[in-house]
Amino acid sequence: MIQTSLRKALHAATGPMTLDIQLDILTGEFLAITGASGSGKTTLLRLLAGLEKPEEGRILVDDTVWLDSARGIQLPIQERKVGLVFQEYALFPNMTVRENLEYGLGKGQSKVIIDELIGITELEQLLDRYPAKLSGGQQQRVALARALVRRPKLLLLDEPLSALDNRMRERLQNYILQVHQAFSLTTLLVSHDHREIFKLADRVISLRQGKISQPDLPETVRYANVSDGTFRLSGEVLQLEEAGSGFSVSVLIGTNVLRVPATMEDLRRLQPGDRVEVLVDAQHAMLIKA
Amino acid sequence: MDSGFGQTLLLTFQLAAVTTVLLLFIGVPLAFLLSRTQSRFKPILEALISMPLVLPPTVLGFYLLLAFSPRSALGNWLVETANIRLVFSFAGLVIGSLIYSLPFMVQPIQSGFESLPKHLREASYSLGKSVWQTLLRVELPNIKPAVLTGIVLAFAHTVGEFGVILMIGGNIPGETRVASIAIYDEVEALNYGMANQYALVLVLFAFTILALVYTINRRMLRTA
Repeated sequence: MIQTSLRKALHAATGPMTLDIQLDILTGEFLAITGASGSGKTTLLRLLAGLEKPEEGRILVDDTVWLDSARGIQLPIQERKVGLVFQEYALFPNMTVRENLEYGLGKGQSKVIIDELIGITELEQLLDRYPAKLSGGQQQRVALARALVRRPKLLLLDEPLSALDNRMRERLQNYILQVHQAFSLTTLLVSHDHREIFKLADRVISLRQGKISQPDLPETVRYANVSDGTFRLSGEVLQLEEAGSGFSVSVLIGTNVLRVPATMEDLRRLQPGDRVEVLVDAQHAMLIKA
Repeated sequence: MDSGFGQTLLLTFQLAAVTTVLLLFIGVPLAFLLSRTQSRFKPILEALISMPLVLPPTVLGFYLLLAFSPRSALGNWLVETANIRLVFSFAGLVIGSLIYSLPFMVQPIQSGFESLPKHLREASYSLGKSVWQTLLRVELPNIKPAVLTGIVLAFAHTVGEFGVILMIGGNIPGETRVASIAIYDEVEALNYGMANQYALVLVLFAFTILALVYTINRRMLRTA
């Protein structure tokens, strides 16, 4: 479990604003962060990594304090055990693929992990090449593998795939999903791509002006109506797809994704990004304490 | 005459070599700090380092002469405590050259550091590596052309130094008489043949070393 509470003044292109975020992330969770550019997504990742300092905040990872401004605790990035992947790959140009990976080894750490990562990300053929001789997708595979050499608890991906074309992007998404599961990671992904978020993430939060924006809460409450056994939930269409003999539409409601059966007619008039309402027929509503 | 010629050239290159090696150890940390600092004193430090680029060398030489003179507080202290005389001595020339050639070492290396994407060092830090390890294994190896440019410019510039040396070094054979001074001296004595020998060596040296730098830099860019 990662508990964070962070506050930092930012100077975005749109003027000064305050990043103010309370966020709990479950161990093993894959959390996507979306939002307009300049909304503070990258800053949130950099604060978690320890690349930037908040004015005020706390980061608690399991039982370890990474940051506590009240007590003056601030673990440097070197001691935080995070894996970082940037949009720009950031491979070291003076090292081959293998050297890039081995650079990440800690003192006395066994090289077994390297072979394991090479296997998962299928880098066998590229080990002796320099980054300049690799395609974007290949470079990002190396960067992903390198970020995992230290066996981090937390993997931070800052728009890792936005410089890649669609085909390469889908392949990389599979690698990301594989390592997330294989290494039991807690993963944070900054992304603009709804399909990508839907495919990878368990949960998604949206940032607006440095704050986690609540998804139309008043509207949802107004329409939710249990007396006649129907919920009306407003949300956003993420993806349309075939499901068995019929079709389904995935709708983002709050931070949850609901997969709703759909007709051919629905598919024709809807597209990702549309606002929709989902009517749920529920005769009995029950509360269970989480 | 011939031994004087060899001795003068040897002294010239000795001065340049000593200066360059010392400058490398001063220039790299200085360039690193300048590229990284957010301090508001940065422009002032940069201006101080770059002053020898625009000041007449005689100005620098004049103030060094005053500072080094045994009649000044600093010069007097040096003579009293360590018996070091910096005026008209090789050690004095080295110090003058260090100041005079400093911008030629610092500027290329600083812009080398500044041109490196910051993601490289951040990736290195995230892999648990310290600032020092990152500097040695990631940053310096990736700005080799800039470091090489700094080394060569500092060396060549020291070889070509004249005004500062004239002020604080004088013309003592084997101690402070370097090639550029020798040329001036030979011309004064209407000894044009000798002056030409020195001048030709310097011309060939300057051309060769610059051609070498451009060739190496081109090759490095191609393999990078």
